[in-house]
Amino acid sequence: MASIQYREIDGRSAAFRTLVGALGILVLAGLAAAWYMEHQGHHVTGMSNRIVWGVPHVFAVFLIVAASGALNVASIASVFGRELYKPLARLSGLLAITLLAGGLSVLVLDLGRPDRLVVAMTHYNFKSVFAWNIFLYTGFFAVVALYLWTMFERRMNGFTQRAGLVAFVWRLVLTTGTGSIFGFLVAREPYDSALLAPLFIVMSFAFGLAIFLLVLMAAYRGRARALGDALLHRLGNLLGVFVAAVLYFVAVFQLTNFYIARQHEVVRFLLIDGGVYTGIFWIGQVLVGGIVPLALLFAPATRGSRGALAAAAACVVAGGLAQLYVLIIGGQAFPLAMFADKEVSSSFFDGVVASYAPSLPEVALGAGGMALALALTALALKVLPFLPQSLADGDAGSAAP
Amino acid sequence: MNPDRRQFLGWGAAAVAGAALAPGLRLIELAQARSPEEAASALKRWGLLIDITKCADCDDCVTACSDENGWKGHGRPETDPQWIRKVSLRDKRTGYAQALPMMCQHCEHPPCVDVCPTGASFRRDDGIVLVDKHACIGCRYCVMACPYGARSFIHEEITGQKADVPRGKGVVESCTLCVHRVDRGETPACVEACNRDGGKAMVFGDLNDPAAEIHRRIRSEPSSQVRADLALNTGVRYQGL
Amino acid sequence: MRFPAAVAVALLAAAGLVRAGDGGTGRVPVPSPKIEAPGQCVAPTAEMRRNHMKMLLHQRDLTVHEGIRTPRFSLKNCVNCHASHATGSVLGKDGFCSSCHAYAAVSIDCFECHSPMRQANVAAVKP
Repeated sequence: MASIQYREIDGRSAAFRTLVGALGILVLAGLAAAWYMEHQGHHVTGMSNRIVWGVPHVFAVFLIVAASGALNVASIASVFGRELYKPLARLSGLLAITLLAGGLSVLVLDLGRPDRLVVAMTHYNFKSVFAWNIFLYTGFFAVVALYLWTMFERRMNGFTQRAGLVAFVWRLVLTTGTGSIFGFLVAREPYDSALLAPLFIVMSFAFGLAIFLLVLMAAYRGRARALGDALLHRLGNLLGVFVAAVLYFVAVFQLTNFYIARQHEVVRFLLIDGGVYTGIFWIGQVLVGGIVPLALLFAPATRGSRGALAAAAACVVAGGLAQLYVLIIGGQAFPLAMFADKEVSSSFFDGVVASYAPSLPEVALGAGGMALALALTALALKVLPFLPQSLADGDAGSAAP
Repeated sequence: MNPDRRQFLGWGAAAVAGAALAPGLRLIELAQARSPEEAASALKRWGLLIDITKCADCDDCVTACSDENGWKGHGRPETDPQWIRKVSLRDKRTGYAQALPMMCQHCEHPPCVDVCPTGASFRRDDGIVLVDKHACIGCRYCVMACPYGARSFIHEEITGQKADVPRGKGVVESCTLCVHRVDRGETPACVEACNRDGGKAMVFGDLNDPAAEIHRRIRSEPSSQVRADLALNTGVRYQGL
Repeated sequence: MRFPAAVAVALLAAAGLVRAGDGGTGRVPVPSPKIEAPGQCVAPTAEMRRNHMKMLLHQRDLTVHEGIRTPRFSLKNCVNCHASHATGSVLGKDGFCSSCHAYAAVSIDCFECHSPMRQANVAAVKP
């Protein structure tokens, strides 16, 4: 590892300052939105008693899922011993921490009583998947921080592999926990499937790697640092495999719904006549999040192009947000099935598809969380040597253990 | 003695026994009202039996609940709270129409209690499912988990609360089975209103008490639980569904 | 247990302010809530000043989780006795709760949910 030279990024360029400034403004806008929502009450948002989790949760779950996925590059290096990826491990660990911090901030700031966070930290109901996740999230910070320490501290290098293994197992459990938040909701037909846990794991692989690629390419752009084509090509192929795996799991998930009679209405709603949710599913999730990136990554015309790779990664991020929008909000919009074979109506919107329109404060809060994750990443890159001086093909590949 | 005569005598004897016993039963019921310093007991299981064939075309139960507990709309139906609501049903094939009041079903195994991260959602020993609003952080996971859509999130600041029913912004609430009245030995407001002004469709009582009307009726008459497939063992039972 | 600690700190600070303000030069005027029924409280004044939050917290959990509704330490009973005869409330500028809490800079959120108003036809429970 001695042959890899890690350096802080310069951070004095106008572009860097503009980036951090813009992210800072987005973070402030998110905080202002949270303050507004807390003081007015949630009636100023698009959320209601039928859609209790809205756009903030789409962003929060996306960031949390992506956080565990971003750690994958490091896992490939430490756990599976791929030397090629070793120089990228530090950035991978950093993104895991910052993305999780961004996601959790959104989740916490959307609470009805964020001032009672200390209650959530001191009172636990151990049957609650949420309560498990509180431990999984805080533990993830600790485990990844330890893992990063073994990478940074030369005397601890010998423990990197073991720390990496712990972090890898932890992140699998963590994403299982995130998926189970929805998977264990027995009362709601669109969720209620153990398949959501593995689906969330492959989603995390894809989303995390897409963000990792975008940050990596941005960090090495226009600077005197080399980024090898071979390395990017490998990462691109990996992204393609993950995207295909997400499509596969989504297909299996919907196929079971097609097969089971009582799930027919759910699948009709999501895939055929669910209006905006059907549109977002096919155009956002399947086309933009699946088919387009696969085409960009593997079609002969665009294969190997850096622009196409960046575009594919951006598509995966957009498609991922679309997927979570359909899953979280579409899943709630579908009416609760209380009475079999009955048409149901009431003043509380029973039996009808709940309406939802995202409001500006919600979008600002969600985007603020994403900006917070990226701003923390940018600042960390400036303060600590996370990135190798050179990722040119020859340098990266020949890194000694 | 011909059978008819025998049956008539039997009924007469039953009626006399009933008339003699009924005031006594009532006395026992009153004597069992818990004293203020006594904790709710797991020997009891409070429940409701709602005969929807008698459920009239009114919303007296809803109005009574709103008056008793002080929840009301702000002209925003999607975020306004509803602790109890009238749900209309129409069979998809036969067109048979019914209506019933729907509220927290006070499950023995409530999904809302399972998912609550802080334990704010809890089931009292006597079966009443409540939110400890001092511990609720407003995450709304319980609203996601409830199969009955029985819970509301308080979307705005509230003033003019009832002294017995504290309510405030940013936490989740639902039917309390009028726990403050039950603790005084009274019946829930919806039941009182239904039996006074409505179709006399609702019975409140201790499901475990062999002397209680609700116990006797669910023993001897057909009744059902909404979403019985989830095996939650609800405290609210329906007849005629 | 942060809340009682914060209260204790605030009370100490308040005591310091009062002493400093003995000459009438304190910047923050000492609150003078009107006690509607002096000497009738459920516990001696000194104990109430120091421990009312503990009593309320203890009673709160008993009431919510176990349904124990003894009136002695119930918030409703406090309000019924201490609400101002003029406004009917324990809040407001000279309110029994709010004036002291504003002075001590200890914010309470009891009355975001609980009614601060005296209830009609309720006899407050004496010790």
